[in-house]
Amino acid sequence: MYRYDEFDETLVRERAKQFRGQVERRLKGELKEENFKPLRLQNGVYLQLHAYMFRIAVPYGQLSSRKLRQLAMIADKYDKGYGHFTTRQNIQFNWIKLAEIPDALEALADVEMHAIQTSGNCIRNVTSDHLAGAAFDELEDPRPWCEIIRQWSTFHPEFSALPRKFKIAVTAATPDRAAVKVHDIGLLMKKNAEGEVGFEVLVGGGLGRTPYIGLTIRDWVSKQDLLSYLEANMRVYNRHGRRDNKYKARIKILVNELGEAEYRREVEEEFANQNAWEKVVLPQEEVDRITAYFAPPKFETLPAKSAALDAAIAADRHFARWTKNNLRAHKIPGYTAVHIALKPQGVAPGDCSSAQMRAAADIAEKFGLDDIRVAHEQDLVLPHVKLDDVPAVYAALKAADMHASNAGLGSDIIACPGLDYCNLSNARSISVANEVQALFADPEFEDEVGTLHINVSGCINACGHHHVGHIGILGVDKKGEEFYQILFGGRADEKAAIGEIQGPGLRHEEVAPALKRVISRYMELRISKTEKLADTMTRLGQAPFKEALYASA
Amino acid sequence: MPLLKDGKVVDDVWAFVEDGHELSPGGCITVSLARFLSEHDQLLARNRSIGVRLAVSDDPALLAPFLDQLHLIELQFPKYTDGRAFSQSQLLRRRYNYKGEIRATGQVLRDQLRLMIRSGFDAVMIDEANAEGVYDFSAHEFSEFYQAASDTTDTIFMKRQKKREEKAAE
Repeated sequence: MYRYDEFDETLVRERAKQFRGQVERRLKGELKEENFKPLRLQNGVYLQLHAYMFRIAVPYGQLSSRKLRQLAMIADKYDKGYGHFTTRQNIQFNWIKLAEIPDALEALADVEMHAIQTSGNCIRNVTSDHLAGAAFDELEDPRPWCEIIRQWSTFHPEFSALPRKFKIAVTAATPDRAAVKVHDIGLLMKKNAEGEVGFEVLVGGGLGRTPYIGLTIRDWVSKQDLLSYLEANMRVYNRHGRRDNKYKARIKILVNELGEAEYRREVEEEFANQNAWEKVVLPQEEVDRITAYFAPPKFETLPAKSAALDAAIAADRHFARWTKNNLRAHKIPGYTAVHIALKPQGVAPGDCSSAQMRAAADIAEKFGLDDIRVAHEQDLVLPHVKLDDVPAVYAALKAADMHASNAGLGSDIIACPGLDYCNLSNARSISVANEVQALFADPEFEDEVGTLHINVSGCINACGHHHVGHIGILGVDKKGEEFYQILFGGRADEKAAIGEIQGPGLRHEEVAPALKRVISRYMELRISKTEKLADTMTRLGQAPFKEALYASA
Repeated sequence: MPLLKDGKVVDDVWAFVEDGHELSPGGCITVSLARFLSEHDQLLARNRSIGVRLAVSDDPALLAPFLDQLHLIELQFPKYTDGRAFSQSQLLRRRYNYKGEIRATGQVLRDQLRLMIRSGFDAVMIDEANAEGVYDFSAHEFSEFYQAASDTTDTIFMKRQKKREEKAAE
């Protein structure tokens, strides 16, 4: 994991001090809310329905036990004892007092964390594959480049008042677990014809009101040119992105209005015109220094199979189910990655109590090489666990009530906070997610259904990524009443696709029964258990599922 | 409203002349980009200081052939969330090597002064009673930067490199 040096440390300390000054001016009335708003937003502070919300950056989703324990401390001291992990690998606290946020920022700086650029019209927290460094299917570890992008984008003097927010994701693996095709810029590490590793650059993907899949603007850019090429994209966007309408201000609209070819031409021209002063080239020693922090940990030489694990699986069917659903293949024999699904039945997806944070920190320290990731599915992941230790990890998770065995299945739902917390929302998300989860209360049934991604957003801003769920649920307001539109066919992986709205919205209580009919139809029609709902829909079209959706008795 | 040049309050000797209005016989004047481009021969032939006021959507590249004869370029912040002038300023300083004054006008708030200074502005019109104090505070609020910009190339990345080289030399 990257460690701050004196320079990184100085910056986050100065930032905390700066925000303390701004909050003091605000509380004294010297700073109007209107002018304070963009300042607090760039520190992750939103004014929500009931209170201020504070969003903390978890760069590329990586935590250590020390960091996670500090988040638990913040949950206890400044909030109501829990936090909420987000689809952008961050954590939010929903009940914090404005006057106490500067203290919380200081506490974060103590563990090399911050809330810089977690909101506002700037370059946001860079996200990545939660299995980076552990996955057997990655070309190389993308995290050094995530950290380099984090540093380059922090307080960028030219790009701190963009037309709209800007999200960058990086992956080096197929399948794509970082959803790079639905980001403002997605970077996919790949080799060119000469075998050199660089980046494919996708631009203009995104969800929200107008969902788009990102377009490949450059098939390959070298590591050395990466930051300069990003600057060229950012400058074209900053100068030409729309500012007349906030709903048309994301880069996807610029790319769409200019057209792919013209956008590419402008970026290439800008890139070609950069002089030596404008190029952003890191010394190779600096790239090496940052990369060294992500060197593989000292893995033991182990057999590929664990007799202890196999025996435990044979002895306990609950444990057997959890291992089947929550373990992910690791590149080193004898190791596995463990999904801690933060989606037990009836809880807001992504919520985690301070006690659970401490439990996860303890487990990671004892069994997980002190590495914890936040996955964009709002789960936690222990990327490096010995197969031999899996039974002990399960026991410890069970003691903390973190042993939901539904990772990647129907009840592992992505949902935004919805009308219960958010002042943008039109409809409740958590309650509808909970009712859908209840369809999968029987583990045997849930396993029988298999991999299924259901995503819920409470409004068209799409924080719950409803466009890219196999089944998407979108809350809308019709004359003061909540309705839910259903989308089919979305996916966020390397075959990324935007789901299609099926028809009229359903009432809150109609959603779960309607989806039950859709899932039954899917189980009748699929050719095998491994055919995902999205694939069955591709094969047969959406009509049979739409028919089931609206076939109320 | 106070005008700060390099952080000190100075008198504003410049006057903007609207398109279509006659130029006064003397003094320092700024005109729009359109007017400058159509009348630059006459404007630059006079024995006076000429500046140009750019709108946020104007392309600074159009001024490139004339930059060594211009004394002032005014850039605008119609709202302080509109950051297009940051790109214009960076282009003028770093790509076209403009050495004259770059002035920020419009909604200039103390909390963006650091970004402006970094992007190459050396003058700001700012509605603050203690303008010099506010400027001095904002200019020194942060001591380290990751990005090379118009004010410095001494970035954190370069400082780290220097430290490595010093260590290697020992």
